[in-house]
Amino acid sequence: MDQLDALEAQSIFILREAVNRLQPLGMLWSIGKDSNTLLWLARKAFFGRVPFPVILLDTGNEFPEVYAFRDRIIGEWGLTYIDAPCPGAEETDPSLPPKARAAARKTLGLKRIIAERGFEGVILGIRRDEQAIRSKERIFSPRDATGSWNFRHQPPEFWDRFNAEPPPGGHVRVHPLLGWTEIDVWRYVEREGMPVVPLYFARDGKRFRSLGEKDITFPVPSTAATIAEIIVELEASREPERAGRAMDHESEDAFERLRAQGYM
Amino acid sequence: MTSAPLQLVVVGHVDHGKSTLIGRLLHELGALPKGKAEELRAVSERRGVAIEWSFALDAFQAERDQAVTIDTTRVWLRLPGRDIVVIDAPGHREFLANMVSGAAEAEAALLVVDASEGLQEQTRRHAYLLRLLGLEQIAVVVNKLDLVGFSEARFRELEDASRRFLAELGLAPRLVLPISARHGDNLTAASANLPWYRGPTLSEALQAFESRPSRDEQPLRLPIQDVYRQDDKRVLVGRIESGRLGVGDTLLFSPSNKLARIKSLEAWNAPAPAQAGAGECVGLVLDRPLFVERGEIASHQGDAPRLTHALHATLFWLGSAPLTAGQQLRLELTTGDAPVTVESIERVIDTDSLAASPVDRVQRDQVAEVVLRSRALLALDEHARLPRTGRFVLRVNGETVAGGLVSLRDHPDQRHAVGLKPENLTPVDHKVTRTSRATRFGHRGGILWFTGLSGAGKSTLAMAIEQHLFRRGYAVYVLDGDNVRSGLNANLSFSPEDRVENIRRVGEVAALFADAGFLCITAFISPYRTDRARAREAGGDAFHEIYIHADLETCERRDPKGLYRRARAGEIAEFTGVSAPYEPPETPELLVDTAREPIEACVEQILRYIAASFAIKSRP
Repeated sequence: MDQLDALEAQSIFILREAVNRLQPLGMLWSIGKDSNTLLWLARKAFFGRVPFPVILLDTGNEFPEVYAFRDRIIGEWGLTYIDAPCPGAEETDPSLPPKARAAARKTLGLKRIIAERGFEGVILGIRRDEQAIRSKERIFSPRDATGSWNFRHQPPEFWDRFNAEPPPGGHVRVHPLLGWTEIDVWRYVEREGMPVVPLYFARDGKRFRSLGEKDITFPVPSTAATIAEIIVELEASREPERAGRAMDHESEDAFERLRAQGYM
Repeated sequence: MTSAPLQLVVVGHVDHGKSTLIGRLLHELGALPKGKAEELRAVSERRGVAIEWSFALDAFQAERDQAVTIDTTRVWLRLPGRDIVVIDAPGHREFLANMVSGAAEAEAALLVVDASEGLQEQTRRHAYLLRLLGLEQIAVVVNKLDLVGFSEARFRELEDASRRFLAELGLAPRLVLPISARHGDNLTAASANLPWYRGPTLSEALQAFESRPSRDEQPLRLPIQDVYRQDDKRVLVGRIESGRLGVGDTLLFSPSNKLARIKSLEAWNAPAPAQAGAGECVGLVLDRPLFVERGEIASHQGDAPRLTHALHATLFWLGSAPLTAGQQLRLELTTGDAPVTVESIERVIDTDSLAASPVDRVQRDQVAEVVLRSRALLALDEHARLPRTGRFVLRVNGETVAGGLVSLRDHPDQRHAVGLKPENLTPVDHKVTRTSRATRFGHRGGILWFTGLSGAGKSTLAMAIEQHLFRRGYAVYVLDGDNVRSGLNANLSFSPEDRVENIRRVGEVAALFADAGFLCITAFISPYRTDRARAREAGGDAFHEIYIHADLETCERRDPKGLYRRARAGEIAEFTGVSAPYEPPETPELLVDTAREPIEACVEQILRYIAASFAIKSRP
């Protein structure tokens, strides 16, 4: 097995565990490269039919290209889609820095949709190599009724025997892409011939490396206009993936606080 | 084709510099993202310390404030010719669970030892756990040589001590090498501070580690993860833990002990493969409608897992409350799970001194040898032979409290006790055919499997229909709960296992009646889909599931045998609808609602269904 086969198999195993152990189950779909990859893996795992709804935490602030891509893929892939509107920034924790508050809207939207649908499990496309705090995550991460992440007391997780029992009133976050790196994702996108939002490709010397909302995500300098060029760029680059994500850089603890409160 | 990166775990006593080593190594290899070193310098200064390379990994505020790793993390290293995923495992004693979470999948380990402090309790404990987990590819890194003036004598002393200790565990380190992580000595280049050292740098040592060999050549083990319905196919999915399989192979399922052949392998957006190997997640269709559940392990016939009710195991106990004999736990091995009881605690091993002592309880973070017993038959392997089907976790109330490794000494294979349902039984053919029986009786044989809550009207309807059909000349017979229990199943209790067996036997007997040409009506609550599916498997296409439906409130109001009253009073345990679940049929052949329709109408409805379903089909 090569590296992509091994990663694919591990993710499929996790997805099948999630479907067997956690119901009702939903998947967050931010429509970026990672959650698209996750959807693609789900189609493989379940032989073409995605057996859970996909959820966009919708701030209304996504790029128009993202919405257009969404509308196309829902139809083409036969997805059950849930649009989860996010409350305004004024409802978020006022002690967070401003850009983090914009991001925290998604935390609130997520809590609301989990409560509304009674989800026992939510699948997310986060990866360990994106961010040092995310690197500490478990594959199955139990959350209590408040949805917060008790990172000081994470349950042991080994030998792929996952903690699939939600705490009372809580749910379990499932992270099938935790072991993938950014470059693994692009190599897989290339190998599988998956569609991606065109914003990832350079235009006028810039491209989006990590896709978030309009007001808190910025393109980075790049000339990579194809997937192959993106891979070459990443092999040489030392720029962090989330350099264009304003909320990560406001203060040392911003991302930890966001995640502790239940951010993705 | 890129091969998967080597999984490397870094272990050792708290504060011996594991995270610092990884952080500094990232820096030396140019693997820290741009701006990261400056960021680390800034957050270190804020805490009044010189640059802390460990902060590259210790990202939590609490970790940085207390300068201790709380939870395991992973970082990626790109070395010439080899990618490595480095797993940083916390060294603090309380964080053993996190250390195991990190180390369990590793292929190689670095054991970090502080040159001034030497081997400490956690150094030894971690080394012991590595051995237990079957990890033998180890290098010892003597760190902080700067604190002992880069003394060769001190290094040699610690090299001897660690080699001696590891030898007691049956381990031989690949290499013992001196470094100073904080200052970058001997990480990626030979250090002028260590002129007496001629061996490889840390980076070179890492490149020399080998990936774990493929598990393709081992015996086949495919634990069934789930069963999907694809159109009219049943697709069994699972991950091949070891070995290979191919279309046409005969699989033996354990513990049910059934055989079937692989008809096809399924795939999406790709041509269906003809074979698959270890590590792959597969979907397969069998050549017959076998009833197989999650947790069964498929193998080839020649080399199947052991079937047993009892096993020896070495446990590392992570639970906050101690483990005692007699305790009940849930054992999870691959995708299967079963309740087990701790029959005895043989001994507890001091992972520091390696002394063993007989005790009656196992405390948190201790390693112990125990005997576990299960009522259900377990399919498993000796850990030393097939690790992935020879290890398990134990849970209490959903919490992971232990990891365990199977040892099968003294536990004979129970496979002979499980009726084998293989192809090598050749049923003798009757001279009387199904068709001639149907012609004699004027109808085809079959099973009408009534299922529903107590009080829904199963027995009432069954007896009424039996009478009607008998008058009309049908060969018909009712199997009813209490009647069967007084004879055929007199040896069965009301334990969950015996209830399963009760329904299994009824299913088999009903199938014999149907084969004899009778219409057999069964009137059992049969609350579980699994049990009914097994009965359907026994009956084949003669099986018709009839859902006798009435809501719980109605049934409870009727309460013909006074059972609901007693169940509510707590006199009957696990009573369906009150204190045990009823799983309604998903697609019954017929649904009869006795709460809405009078009994006569229900009888009529079923009689019409029977007339339509069991008439002799005219030949074209």
